[in-house]
Amino acid sequence: MSAKTLPDLIPDADLHLPREAERRLPSGLTVIAIRRSAVPLVELRLRIPFGRAPLAPATLLSQAIFTGTSTLSSIDIAAELQAVGGSLGAALDPDRLLISGNALADGLDRTLELLAGVLTDATFPAEEVGVERERLVDHIQVALSQPAHLARVALLKRIYDTHPYAVQTPTPDEVRAVEPGALRQLHAERVRPAGATLVLVGDIDPDQAIDVAEKVLGGWTGGAPDGVIPPIPSIETGPLLLVDRPGSVQSSLRLALPGVTRTDPDYAAVTVANLIFGGYFSSRWVENIREDKGYTYGSHSGIEHFVAGSTWSGSAEVATEVTGPSLLETVYELGRIASLPPGEEELEQARRYALGTLRLSMSTQAGLAGLASMYAGFGLRLEHLREHSEALAAVTREEVFAAGAKYLAPSRAVTVVLGDADKIESQLSVLTAVERSRE
Amino acid sequence: MAPRIKIPATKYPVERFTLGNGLRVVLSPDRSAPVVGVAVVYDVGIRSEPEGRTGFAHLFEHLMFQGSENLEKLAHFRHVQGAGGTFNGSTHLDYTDYYEELPSGGLERALFLEADRMRGPRLTEENLRNQVDVVKEEIRVNVLNRPYGGFPWLKLPPVMFDTFANAHDGYGSFEDLESATVEDAQGFFDRYYACGNAVLSVAGDFDVAEATAMIERHFGDVPARPAPSLPDFAEPGLTEEKRESYIDRIAPLPAVAAGWGVPDPIGDFTGYLPYAVLAEVLTDGDASRLVERLVQRDRAATNLGGYIGFMGDEYQVRNPTALLLQAHMPPGGDAGKVLQTIDEELDRLVTDGLKPGELDRTQARMATRLLQGTDDVLGRAQPMAVLELQRGRPGLLNELPKLVSEVTDEQIVAAAATLRPERRASVEVIPGAAQ
Repeated sequence: MSAKTLPDLIPDADLHLPREAERRLPSGLTVIAIRRSAVPLVELRLRIPFGRAPLAPATLLSQAIFTGTSTLSSIDIAAELQAVGGSLGAALDPDRLLISGNALADGLDRTLELLAGVLTDATFPAEEVGVERERLVDHIQVALSQPAHLARVALLKRIYDTHPYAVQTPTPDEVRAVEPGALRQLHAERVRPAGATLVLVGDIDPDQAIDVAEKVLGGWTGGAPDGVIPPIPSIETGPLLLVDRPGSVQSSLRLALPGVTRTDPDYAAVTVANLIFGGYFSSRWVENIREDKGYTYGSHSGIEHFVAGSTWSGSAEVATEVTGPSLLETVYELGRIASLPPGEEELEQARRYALGTLRLSMSTQAGLAGLASMYAGFGLRLEHLREHSEALAAVTREEVFAAGAKYLAPSRAVTVVLGDADKIESQLSVLTAVERSRE
Repeated sequence: MAPRIKIPATKYPVERFTLGNGLRVVLSPDRSAPVVGVAVVYDVGIRSEPEGRTGFAHLFEHLMFQGSENLEKLAHFRHVQGAGGTFNGSTHLDYTDYYEELPSGGLERALFLEADRMRGPRLTEENLRNQVDVVKEEIRVNVLNRPYGGFPWLKLPPVMFDTFANAHDGYGSFEDLESATVEDAQGFFDRYYACGNAVLSVAGDFDVAEATAMIERHFGDVPARPAPSLPDFAEPGLTEEKRESYIDRIAPLPAVAAGWGVPDPIGDFTGYLPYAVLAEVLTDGDASRLVERLVQRDRAATNLGGYIGFMGDEYQVRNPTALLLQAHMPPGGDAGKVLQTIDEELDRLVTDGLKPGELDRTQARMATRLLQGTDDVLGRAQPMAVLELQRGRPGLLNELPKLVSEVTDEQIVAAAATLRPERRASVEVIPGAAQ
């Protein structure tokens, strides 16, 4: 059979942003509503600033906020939400409390009413809080048996040291000590509309949806104390930190470097440099340690953005017996992206991936809601998609090379490895200075 | 109680045709976002693996990404991602799928790539050894180095079933994986990866006439090969309770899963569907029967889940399959007590029936989840491909919210009445890492 040639791509049409509306309510809550009507649903994301909230009570609050109001039990809330095809859940990160959910579009009003109930009138009944507290303790116990979680705990501590971002999961004992009173107090102080953003996306009329939100959430008022977190510290280099997990049949390899914020002029160039290094499947790192050498099922790198700063990290789970060789190849690939310009074809491929996946991510209600809510947390709007796309389209080889040298140099990276220390320490110490974790 | 909410439906168009070589095609155009999803599904899965070759269907899925007739190793990844898209594949009990999601300008490229590997992947010794290593790392990440790894999808089938097809480990033993040969792979491709044994599906932003021409251009000359005959994997159901347990050396807390046989999902969809709803009545959210009782009231479980099919693909699995319930427990939790409580609650449901509104709200939530799934182009392309492959009914995807909403209280009670202890298989995780 004659060789067949790859069909050309049809260039993307201009980026089309969906219809949206925005209003800042007198309470300080910003409501953003976006129309995407392909399915008769609505997605909801409420982001409440929660920086510097005490970790254990804040974590338990995120698990227990739906346990009751003065008029509804936890089961009533769950059943009433379910009746309109709805579901709401809460999660905590170092910057925010995020309440997310979805419902049938006809159920938007009822879902917002139930949301308003827990925002203004959560009672944290002792019995239900007790159930959620024990569940949270059990979940943390399970997390503490997972290598990926343990490696992240060690890496955060290594990067952020004494900064509030250094510890993002409370200990079981800290959670056990939290009483319902502490949750009521934290809710009264911090679950407040000032600075919060509600995003609604779906088969809705944006202006009408905001009207409904304004009416239903009008009783949610009040300011919150300053939760501003100081800028993240610069990362101090030092020996590789080795965390022992006896009996591990794999090692968890983690590297970190200072990151770049979304609005930094270098951001598009760093995005592309990172993709070429290890940010997607067709990257040098994956091709090297997975597709060439079979050391890992997968590796990935990327930038994690927090309000107080951004950090780059790379992670791979590798076979115990090739932990040292895996680190060697990783440092080699970082050195290569930092020392040599990328190829023209590599650049175009990564650029198109970055541009294309932006379009994929905004093609569903849930994707749009996530993007809009995340951007809002950094003071950005969907229009930023257009600006970022233009920057990606314009980035040059020289700029990517400069970004690699400036931001991905292995000499500035810190490394944490979690695994069976007795089996991997000697492999690692022939490559770099190693220090065993004291914890 | 709020008035019953109307369950909406989707009206995604469905076009079906078959190429001269036997390849079935499903198209579902929708111009609401400039993206397309492409799925190719082959009618072969874990259940078709030969004895001594556990894990082979999944290993072969990896080999399909390692180059093909006109493409070098790595080219597939680069061409999809270089078109701004994402890709993956997955291996199930009854099918293996490959899929891409791309900006719509990449559609023809995705079709070219899928057609090229349908003609023949590059099955070399080097690629095979490399992917055996990668799959071993995948098993370490997902099973061996992780607490509750493989629970319950790898642990419950050998308790519930007797035949190799239904009971064996779908990830495979390292021994079987390491002894796999290029000849095995070629034989597997020849037997199961025939275009007559596959469905191509495209959903999203495209013109039907243009896409049809592209599909004929790229797939039309794939040599015709008929599908192999599909074995019957049926087994007689359990007539007495079966219980097993195992020690998970890194799990900190106990867990238990139970399964009961259900009607044939294809041959008796009407009889089967109430079980899918029953699983949600029992476990969806804090207001569901078993969560309310076991998690909120008794504190006998910290998490509870219920679903059909060992891989959660309830509308994409063939007979035999099971309704599963799984519970994670607090320290010292008693699996026997959890199972006994489940029996009590099932008895109560059978005796007292459902509460007012209980079924309606469960159906409303199921509709939301079904509709949310179809908002994504791959959430249409992939299930439509499997529904065509297994049932010749890709449009069933549009009908599911309505069909779910038509299940009655009586059907739920009748389904619950069959979940007897003597028809149940269960497996308990003994935590090896408990303090």
